[in-house]
Amino acid sequence: MRTPGLLVLLVLVALAPLPLLVHSDFWLHFAIMTLYFGLLGQAWNLLGGYGGQRSFGHAAFFGTGAYAAAVLQVDFGVNPWACLVLAGLFGAAAGAVVGALSFRYGLRGSYFALVTLAFAEVFRIVADTVPFTGAGVGFQIPLKQAVANFQFHDKPGFYAVILALTALATALAWWIENSRFGAELVAVRENEDAARALGIDVNRTKLWAIVLSGALSGFAGSFYAQYFLYLDPRIAYGVEVSVTALLVPLIGGVGTVFGPLIGAVALRALNEVSGVITGGAPGLNLMLYGALLIVILAFVPDGLVSLGARLRASRPLGKLGHA
Amino acid sequence: MSHSRRSFSRRAVLAGAGAASVAVIGAPAILRAQAKSVKVGIIHPVTGGVSYSGTQGRAGATMAADDINAKGGIKSLGGAKIDAMLSDAQSKVDVAVSEIEKYNEAGVSAIVGGYASFICLATTQAAAKHDIPYVVDVGTDDRIVSAGLTNTFRFSPGYGVFVKTAVPALKEINAAAGSPAKTAVIVHEDSAFGTGTAGLLSKELPGIGIEVLDVIKHPTPTLDFNNIVLTIKAKNPDIIIPANYYNEYVILARTLLQQKVRPKAIYSVLGGGASQYKFVKEFPDAAKYIMDCNHWFNPKNPAALDLKKRTEAKDLFYTYEVFLNYTAVMLLADALERAASTDRAKITAALASSTWSGHFMPYGPTKFENGQNTGARAVNLQVQDNDIKVILPPEFASAKAVFPMPA
Amino acid sequence: MLQLQILLPAILNGLATGAVYALVALGLTLIYGVLHIVNFAHGSLLMLALYGVYFLYNLLGIDPYLALPIMVPAMFVLGYALQRTVIATASHGREENILLVTLGLSIIIDNLALYLWSADTRTINPSYAFETVDFGIAFIAVPKVVSFAGALVITGLLWLLIQRTDLGKAIRALARERQGAQLVGIDVEHIYAMSFGIGIACLGAAACLLLPSYYAHPGVGESFVVIAFTIVVLGGMGSFAGALVGGFVIGLTESLGGLFLGENLGKIGVFVIFIAILLFRPTGLFGQRA
Repeated sequence: MRTPGLLVLLVLVALAPLPLLVHSDFWLHFAIMTLYFGLLGQAWNLLGGYGGQRSFGHAAFFGTGAYAAAVLQVDFGVNPWACLVLAGLFGAAAGAVVGALSFRYGLRGSYFALVTLAFAEVFRIVADTVPFTGAGVGFQIPLKQAVANFQFHDKPGFYAVILALTALATALAWWIENSRFGAELVAVRENEDAARALGIDVNRTKLWAIVLSGALSGFAGSFYAQYFLYLDPRIAYGVEVSVTALLVPLIGGVGTVFGPLIGAVALRALNEVSGVITGGAPGLNLMLYGALLIVILAFVPDGLVSLGARLRASRPLGKLGHA
Repeated sequence: MSHSRRSFSRRAVLAGAGAASVAVIGAPAILRAQAKSVKVGIIHPVTGGVSYSGTQGRAGATMAADDINAKGGIKSLGGAKIDAMLSDAQSKVDVAVSEIEKYNEAGVSAIVGGYASFICLATTQAAAKHDIPYVVDVGTDDRIVSAGLTNTFRFSPGYGVFVKTAVPALKEINAAAGSPAKTAVIVHEDSAFGTGTAGLLSKELPGIGIEVLDVIKHPTPTLDFNNIVLTIKAKNPDIIIPANYYNEYVILARTLLQQKVRPKAIYSVLGGGASQYKFVKEFPDAAKYIMDCNHWFNPKNPAALDLKKRTEAKDLFYTYEVFLNYTAVMLLADALERAASTDRAKITAALASSTWSGHFMPYGPTKFENGQNTGARAVNLQVQDNDIKVILPPEFASAKAVFPMPA
Repeated sequence: MLQLQILLPAILNGLATGAVYALVALGLTLIYGVLHIVNFAHGSLLMLALYGVYFLYNLLGIDPYLALPIMVPAMFVLGYALQRTVIATASHGREENILLVTLGLSIIIDNLALYLWSADTRTINPSYAFETVDFGIAFIAVPKVVSFAGALVITGLLWLLIQRTDLGKAIRALARERQGAQLVGIDVEHIYAMSFGIGIACLGAAACLLLPSYYAHPGVGESFVVIAFTIVVLGGMGSFAGALVGGFVIGLTESLGGLFLGENLGKIGVFVIFIAILLFRPTGLFGQRA
């Protein structure tokens, strides 16, 4: 079922004036992190949801974008906003490398998942060794709050940026649902061999998907770097980013436009609730995420976004025989 | 005493957030001046790779807060008690930074702690975003006080001072024995503190006639030092110089013993386990004769010895994290007294102009330049007779260096 | 530089670790060979077993090697239960979902451990932990020698189980031909769960052998899962001999990598091998060509 473009537009426009209504730093941070999760999840969704190529190593693209943005602005004096764009390019390049190798050698399903995990780890180890990333010392972006520096004095500025990026990602997902490329991508997901028989260049389609996915992940990496001002190999390339990237769409609904956003809200809300109950003990929120994943896989395999449709479908038949 | 501190929870943040969004026009100044408590954020990595040190640090800080409250709190604020809001940095920078943000939302007046350099570098900066005064408890990386952050204060010395003390001391110790040591291997942990210390040492050691054969880095945590010890064995240096955190230091020392690698000296600079009573007690054979250049209290000061007794009565070892955190909180309390306010800017100003001498460290009165206490000093120690003795400088020494290590 | 004095101990250490890795991989390859499940939770379950051995030592004073008769059956039961209840139901049998379900399990287990026991590394300190056996040219720590011998013995026992018992016959039958096995009256669900259970029981044994020279920590699972998969893919999914050989290769790679490239970069060897095998020879050294 295609998502109407108008609906997408309405949702994004409705989110825009949030900072005018909410002044609490705490809630703005919640909104920012939710949109950030949404961006990361949408990136994964392009490749894993619409494309069916489920990667366990999206951190490889995220981290490359993050380091690119950080190193270029601190060591080479590149304007931080330009670094945002460059981060997308670097993320896309990382996607191209991983994709070219994996797809060329026909890796699919579990093998693809595992090889992406391995790539992310290789990147992490390299980042942990080479000097320009700061290696084990980590990389800090000096505090220089100014709009020109992509460092805002308060949260609304960051909110605007992440909303714009997530809107871009969401628009991209909508475009995939309505374009020829998207149709080919879904065909590849459903049955690779049949798609090939239909004349679709399977490898090139998958490659484009991973490149777009990598670019969006790179943007997310750049945003992270600007918001938190600190990176190290574990933050950039660690398992936590990769797992978050796949949890968000899987829980919200893979292969849908709003799935990643819904998943992001669900996970961040769960995070806050578990924090209140336990006082922020480490591990609890991720544990709940894992439990939620299994519950979703067992009972709502199409994700939370499908709950609405299922509830409607389960209502008794109306007058004319349809729900 | 437990009402003076609490685990920093989400509820506190939400309460702060709620209050912040409601309180727009300030209450009359008179009502606010008589605050019942001063909120101080106390952050340490009590879980994760450096958890032992973090836990010790938290113990020292909370003992100080309790002592202050027991003596009637901050008198210039009408007896306001220190409300120590504890949080766990989990040995991770991103977690620590989030906790600083939460402290800001909860309206703390100051923050103490961080312990590890890699944490402090980021937390001081995060606190600077909101102009919260920050007292670094240990964090020896000198970039912490050279980043131009006006909110940051460090009472104890950085690795620059340690290297400047350790290298001439080594020269003196070596010369006293006829200069038998000519080569060294440095082993360091790969985050800010270890890398910085190792870098400085590599530059300074050749100047005293010691050739650095190799500089070996490792991550925290590292649980297997076999390969590193094998490499050291092959190079056969006269001196091994470790700069790392507690767990790794202990495993390295034990592996050296196990593989029968006995250099002329193990001379650590900010060695994580070297001047630690826990190490000496649990592994006396591996700890014997290890020399260290590290933080230490004035052994002739009765207040320091009294705190030692009280710490050991709690079944804790009296380690540098304990007494450095204790003095950090005391330093803040002195500033609070002089500022007579919970206002962040006033506290920062009070810290900057501090000339506090009510401490038991072997330093003079405090004098902050760009956030670094220029009176801070390092001390040379050695494990002898199952105890840790000060061997240099002479005015605090209670023993002479034993060098080279007896076979 | 390449003195035998440091090379030989590194090789011996690598082989000793490799033997235990082989034991871990054996469980994984059995599970894949029979159930065609890519068990992403394998590392997490090993981590759980390590904590089990740790607490048995710390709270009850039971030596890790003596804990074998406790840990092996306990992990077997856990594995059997997990397969029968969680994995079989949540995945609805869809292969693509099984990987995700086991991923979900690994997330839960890893973070449950983090929540319950914090991120402090836990080591035990039995009296023999830092003693060495003098092999003339090298001192090898006692726990490593014991784990090497132990891993080989257990591998032998496992082989006997699979080759010489009725249970083993049923498992082999099911692995080869599911419908045929069903037709001759084999209770498929039960045997599946038995196989999973045996695979996890191997982790119980591995943990007992590993803890004296290693540590328990919630993140251990993540490191082990890739090592285990590398060995299984290297050796060939479903091949016992492959898991053994693969284990030694990876153990050596890790040890020599650390020696020559340093503690940080040395870890890259395993992942590079993993990627290379996946790309160029996914059936592994001993696996059957698909």
